[in-house]
Amino acid sequence: MAEMNTDDGGGGKKKHGKKRAKKSSTRIDMTPMVDLGFLLLTFFILTTTFNKPQAMQLTMPKKDENIPLEDQSKVPADHTMNVLLTKDNTVYWYFGMADPTKGALPALNKATYGPNGLRKVLIAENNKRHGAYDAIEKLKNEVATGKMPKDSLGKKKGDFFSDKTRKTSILVVLLKPDKDAKYKNIVDALDEMAICNIGTYALLESNEVENQMIANAQTYK
Amino acid sequence: MPKIKMPKNSPSIDMTPMVDLAFLLVTFFMLISQFRAEEAAVIDIPSSVSDLKIPEKDLLMILVDKQDRVFFNLTGKEERVKVLEKIGEKYKVVFNAEQKKEFSNMASFGVPVKQLPAYLDAGSTDRKKLAEQSKGIPIDSLNCEICDWIYFSRKTAPKFRVAIKGDQVTSYPVVRKVMNYLQDDNIGKVNKFNLITNMETGPSN
Repeated sequence: MAEMNTDDGGGGKKKHGKKRAKKSSTRIDMTPMVDLGFLLLTFFILTTTFNKPQAMQLTMPKKDENIPLEDQSKVPADHTMNVLLTKDNTVYWYFGMADPTKGALPALNKATYGPNGLRKVLIAENNKRHGAYDAIEKLKNEVATGKMPKDSLGKKKGDFFSDKTRKTSILVVLLKPDKDAKYKNIVDALDEMAICNIGTYALLESNEVENQMIANAQTYK
Repeated sequence: MPKIKMPKNSPSIDMTPMVDLAFLLVTFFMLISQFRAEEAAVIDIPSSVSDLKIPEKDLLMILVDKQDRVFFNLTGKEERVKVLEKIGEKYKVVFNAEQKKEFSNMASFGVPVKQLPAYLDAGSTDRKKLAEQSKGIPIDSLNCEICDWIYFSRKTAPKFRVAIKGDQVTSYPVVRKVMNYLQDDNIGKVNKFNLITNMETGPSN
């Protein structure tokens, strides 16, 4: 650290008998200042947050009970994938509709979150229908390599899915968390929708039949 | 045998460059850091691949913590005071000038309106204790205080974005309930939410 005051200021010898002002060293002790400097440095490093949180946009359908049933968009059952989110970070999924009045209930498939669980299924199913996953992934790549401006990605995606030849036969995912689902599960599932390039998805609630199906699946493993 | 003579160097080295650097860093961190008021709840947010930045201002935020307690936050000092006045009117609670000022400066809070004056008067340590004991803002449909906070905030600041900040283990029905209030035509009338998440680096394959 900066030198201590070593005052040897010419005391003692009087060569010319002249009175001299005491010569003091020009160096001052900087230790406290440096200490303070590092203290502040530490403080500011620790209190600064660099990455601000991100946000995930979620648009819910407008709640309007006045829309007549015929006008509500009908989704073909065999392209509708129901994803039931429940406790223990588990997902069950099935295609079609679970209506006990119309024949047997569909079998539930169990999956987990993450690359080898739900994502694999979603990508495969999405690709089965017009190769949607690969097509959108191609668009994303074009954006990443700078061939296409980022702003037009949303429109291109929309165009792909709303094309007349595909409109009624694309994959539709219905996310249905039950009462045991955690908030993290919903965020994860929505995240999978983005990763797997799902064109249409909705966040709903599981109904009685589905709750019963989950309960059954959990007891007879 | 002759002794190996070590060169006698002074043990003190020139510290000036290091000190310079340290102060440079201090200046840097001082300038970029911005202080924010302490949140009433510790919330461990989930992560997502979304790269949308959340705005710093013009934000209505509802927080739900681990224990499913609901907290409320609104940016903008003027807006906060206006909303507080309207809430006070409805619940017949009078806030004095000091409490209003305190309210405009703090971050999120999670106490029922009746306890709010005491909460605002309390010092920072007492406030922490009160926040811990509190059950959050009531969200029961019979006693829906959060509805009023949402309603008056939306009236005062209709352009504000709506964000939901939930903990990873928050149970979904609570979040759903809040969303339902937000969507309700007579309360929030919003269908677009921002779910606040941490950055995740792409799909991990």
